[in-house]
Amino acid sequence: MSTLELSRWQFGITTVYHFIFVPLTIGLSLLVALLQTAWLVKKDPAYLRLTKFFGKLFLINFAVGVVTGIVQEFQFGMNWSAYSKFVGDVFGAPLAMEALLAFFMESTFLGLWIFGWDKLSPRLHLATIWLAAIGTSLSAYFILAANAWMQHPVGYTVNPVTHRAELTSIIALLTNSTALASWPHVFFASFLITGAVVIAVAAWHLRHPGGSGDAESAADEVALFRKVLRLGLGITLAAAVATAATGDVQARLMDSQQPMKMAAAEALYNTESPASFSLFTIGSLNGNKELWSVRVPYLLSLIATLDPPGTVQGIDNVARAYVKKYGPGDYKPVIPVTYWTFRLMIGFGLLAGLLALIGLWLTRRRRELPRSSSFYRVAIWAVVLPYLGTTSGWIFTEMGRQPWTVFGVLKTQQSVSAGVTPSSVIISMTVFTLLYATLAAIAGRLAVRHIKAGAPQESPADQAGPQLPVFSY
Amino acid sequence: MSLPAFWFILIAVLWTGYFVLEGFDFGVGLLLPVLGRDNIDRRLMINAIGPVWDGNEVWLLTAGGATFAAFPLWYASMFSGFYLALLLILVALIIRGVCFEFRGKVDSPRWRSRWDVAIVVGSAVPALLWGVAFANIVRGVPLNASHVYTGNLLSLLNWYGLLGGLTTLSLFALHGAIFLSLKTDGEMRHRARALAVRIAAAAVPIAAGFLIASQVSHGKAATDATAGLAAVALVGAVWAASRGREGLAFTGTAITLALSVATLFGDLWPDVFRSTTSAAYSLTVSNASSSHYTLTVMTWVALIFTPVVLAYQGWTYWVFAKRLTRSDISMPTATDLPPAQVGGRP
Repeated sequence: MSTLELSRWQFGITTVYHFIFVPLTIGLSLLVALLQTAWLVKKDPAYLRLTKFFGKLFLINFAVGVVTGIVQEFQFGMNWSAYSKFVGDVFGAPLAMEALLAFFMESTFLGLWIFGWDKLSPRLHLATIWLAAIGTSLSAYFILAANAWMQHPVGYTVNPVTHRAELTSIIALLTNSTALASWPHVFFASFLITGAVVIAVAAWHLRHPGGSGDAESAADEVALFRKVLRLGLGITLAAAVATAATGDVQARLMDSQQPMKMAAAEALYNTESPASFSLFTIGSLNGNKELWSVRVPYLLSLIATLDPPGTVQGIDNVARAYVKKYGPGDYKPVIPVTYWTFRLMIGFGLLAGLLALIGLWLTRRRRELPRSSSFYRVAIWAVVLPYLGTTSGWIFTEMGRQPWTVFGVLKTQQSVSAGVTPSSVIISMTVFTLLYATLAAIAGRLAVRHIKAGAPQESPADQAGPQLPVFSY
Repeated sequence: MSLPAFWFILIAVLWTGYFVLEGFDFGVGLLLPVLGRDNIDRRLMINAIGPVWDGNEVWLLTAGGATFAAFPLWYASMFSGFYLALLLILVALIIRGVCFEFRGKVDSPRWRSRWDVAIVVGSAVPALLWGVAFANIVRGVPLNASHVYTGNLLSLLNWYGLLGGLTTLSLFALHGAIFLSLKTDGEMRHRARALAVRIAAAAVPIAAGFLIASQVSHGKAATDATAGLAAVALVGAVWAASRGREGLAFTGTAITLALSVATLFGDLWPDVFRSTTSAAYSLTVSNASSSHYTLTVMTWVALIFTPVVLAYQGWTYWVFAKRLTRSDISMPTATDLPPAQVGGRP
């Protein structure tokens, strides 16, 4: 394999892996901030227990997210130096801003939160987790603005002398319609994951009500985690609706900004009006032979244009237009990948939302909790659904942009580092893959251990007077 | 001052922040098995840097981001050129970062001792390699006409590069020992201070040798002054440490690191990534920089937000200014106690 192919695989592996940890960091930091606020307002020690319990889970997840994030910033230069040279003037700005405005805030205030329980006043201590959480979401905005520029380049010009892109408007870059649409989508998808994690945690404890062994504390545990379960179900359902709605906004932008990606999402080869949406297809997806498919009429037109009989351009039509505009070349992404990841993204997200709705119904007020073990098994294992959804979504949006790194401006094959040998990339890819697999195993084991250990009761001494640093290493 | 010159200085400042701050937490990591005689000692050491190490590491990310935004050609050539060296640094930083969080999560001496090894290796590798990298940047590396690095990992391991690596390794160890003597109390404070003086016996000649070698080959009048002052600050730091004046000693090693970075960047100026193949192939402050507009925007962002960051990071150090002692380390875990006592616990 060439440096190009290896570098693409490495970028894919490291980025997908990094994004396993990012959404939970975004969602849990805000959830913990809300729980701690509730504790300060209502003075109910249950909220303090949950703050600390989900806080520790957050930190296990955060550690892996942070360290894998360092790789992200470095590998643009390491593997994609031609890209970095070409776009640095534009793309470097949001990255530098992310570090200066968001990373410092996130890490400094998180350090204060972890170690500051007995050093700061309760209000000030609460402010630190809010600032860390805001830093996290702010960081997501900057990196999504950078990514949005690759999907839909704005506010730049290509210098004819240096043949490099140059920024002409930072405002245009930061208010790119694509960034304004993708940030809410990613933000709500993060809560889809966070809600699913909260559900899984609560379901495990409702299934194994331990407490300190006596019946009274077991009943307390059930009462507490019933509330937690309902909270998780509510978050998941709301997040599913919001993720779908923001994704729907993105679909129209994609149709106008990257029509090839829209066509590739449906494997629609010829322009149609109206266009139907296939729930799934058995066949080769190469436009020749479709054995069987289940189709919803008008739906693709509706997604892409908001108009039932609206026109959706086909892959072949767009490809011909691109050849005319950008010169000869192959402008088709890998269609089976875009086709299936688009469906899996939507399908996993909707399934998570649907299960949450059923869960809310089954646990509704004044009703006993379900006894069937399959209810809890589903509630626990459903945690993988939104993770698969977000992973599919990123693979779709990045693979759907191919053959471009910067749409219409720079191709992926022109982006790779000139001086890096395939053997170097084989080494780095192997090292990252093995290291990340080990980290996943360790972090997963620690997270499960922590979840099973549960939320210990706060002793009265802990709530009054100075405490020992709760989270110190 | 031109904007590219301003950004050259700002990037030097960011690296200074990184070396001064993460320098001591690399040092604490390196000295874990030396000063940490038992688990309480080790936890004391880790907690001494606990609230700040992650924020310290962001200085590196900001230096990287600033280089990307202000000198894209430098970022592209250097990061792809130093591919395998950076891979080693990244792996070390990844392992080290999760160590602090994961080490205390399982109460088993075997679990902890594995993470302790990882902390030492994860601190030693970047502490050594940052010096190797910077020495080679100043010395120059083989770059072709398209500014593409044509050497390999081994070409970085020349004597000057290795001397640079030993300089950062030993200075960070010294800086870390002095930090611990400033941040802890009791036995740890005294042992850390005594160790600092012993480390200095190696660090002072190594750093002096490296600074002299740098000035002989690449020096200028201005950097002769900064190098000389760096040496004075270093000797002063050791003197202060030996007299028990930890605050002064820490200021001394911090100034040494800052002036050493200033010396190296001064020696590099006006190049940013120097070619040994031909001087014409070097990347310079002017031919590697971003457009005037980008630099203007980023200058405003930096001028507004850097003071804010400095203020809240400085405040963090003030919040955690109190010296830590063994008794601050919360409840000993079962395996901290001698085996005979374990059975007696409820």
